Amino acid sequence: MSTVETDIQQAVEDAAAHLYVWALKDIPQDLRDALADASERETSVPGQRVLQTILKNVQVAERENNLVCQDTGIAVYYCKVGEHFPLHPARIYQALYDGTMRATLDHPLRSNTVHTLTRENTGPNVGYRVPIVHWDFVPDWDGLDVKCVPKGSGSENMSFLKMCVPADGVKGIKQFVLESIVGAGGKPCPPGIVGVGIGGSADYALHLAKEAIARPVGTRNEDPLVAQLEEELTGLLNETGIGPMGLGGDVTVLMCHIEHADTHMTLNPVAVNYQCWAARRATAHIDADGSTDFDREA
Amino acid sequence: MAEHRLTFPASEEDIRKLRAGDLVTVDGHIVGIRDRTQIRIFDQGHEPPMDLAGAFLLHTAPNVRKRDDGGYDPLCIGTTTSARMVRFTEPLGRDYGVRAICGKGGLPDEAIEPMRAHGMVYFAIVGGAAALETTQIEEIEAVYWEELMPECLWLFRVKDFGPLWVGIDSHGNSLFHDVNEEANKRLEKILAGL
Repeated sequence: MSTVETDIQQAVEDAAAHLYVWALKDIPQDLRDALADASERETSVPGQRVLQTILKNVQVAERENNLVCQDTGIAVYYCKVGEHFPLHPARIYQALYDGTMRATLDHPLRSNTVHTLTRENTGPNVGYRVPIVHWDFVPDWDGLDVKCVPKGSGSENMSFLKMCVPADGVKGIKQFVLESIVGAGGKPCPPGIVGVGIGGSADYALHLAKEAIARPVGTRNEDPLVAQLEEELTGLLNETGIGPMGLGGDVTVLMCHIEHADTHMTLNPVAVNYQCWAARRATAHIDADGSTDFDREA
Repeated sequence: MAEHRLTFPASEEDIRKLRAGDLVTVDGHIVGIRDRTQIRIFDQGHEPPMDLAGAFLLHTAPNVRKRDDGGYDPLCIGTTTSARMVRFTEPLGRDYGVRAICGKGGLPDEAIEPMRAHGMVYFAIVGGAAALETTQIEEIEAVYWEELMPECLWLFRVKDFGPLWVGIDSHGNSLFHDVNEEANKRLEKILAGL
């Protein structure tokens, strides 16, 4: 490997180490606004108290330079790699792996990663196929965007897939999302973001649902039909009365986000991935020379 | 809805006074416990190395820093989802005299009867509010089973711990059951209108 490549790999590693800790401590403004708005709207007494406690917690985290939530999650990264970015994705992966490990050991952060059968902790929040990295490739560009989404398990455990059939239609999609969220109750730390993936294949629908939770709160799908479904489901989900932390109330979800893909004529997959209220994400824009801008709002 | 302040370990009499929906603040000693800790006790037959009579169990696995003297400083301590661990409710009350289980998201209805029979409550905390929770933990006084890190058995001394809601009381009432029942009624109406 050339010196230039080494420097850029180091820049990506540094970015990952910073992003992981930063995401855990400093939640984005759109989320802060959505939580404040939820606190205004909520009318149930326990629901109001829950939301006030959440807002206070965000302030305490800032004051004490502490993590918002103790669950340091499983490290998930979304990479957009420019065609001309001078570091191969194999090396980018290694940099993300090393950065995650370094952040965990230096801070130190709780390590959550275990062998899936023995349940033995692997130590520094990395392991076999962890961190989890999703890739997009962008033609005619020499940059790299890395978004870190530490995903807590309380909400990740509330993930659901149903292979609806075409005859179930859009109604089947709505029904499955509503049933999933009522079934999840207080477990995923509501009010959060309901990520929905529709179309594609079984695995891709789940992938899209996860992509949906990583969007800034309240952004809308570019397809007006899908955006309309996001609006409708957000409204219906908030009629269920589950409320903040499942203690009953008006605000069950901050927002429903949907990502979609075209699908097979006989498929109608729908996947739900829940994101708790502590919807942590942080992004780095890295140039071809390794210079890095950090962006909390992307 | 009444408000209470309780010190743990607590007596059955203290616990029987609480009703689902009440708001509680806790002082004294609480015990951190999680999936693997309870699997070790109940599935692998290891006796817990501390007395759990009257105990308040917190579903947690903290972020900590080990000191040179072998002790631990709290960095960020929060609370995990309780429902995964519901099957341990009965033996915790029956065999060890645990008085309170605290976590987030509630326990399913199968916890109602053991809590009534053994004089226990479930406390619901605000999940994710760990930065705040950490300021309520004065000290990590003891750690057992360090090889399970971070799913060890932790003894914390706390002050003004809360707010906590009585999610399940020792009289057969569950706030989570009631919210869930109401939500399912509403869901039925919503689905009928689709």
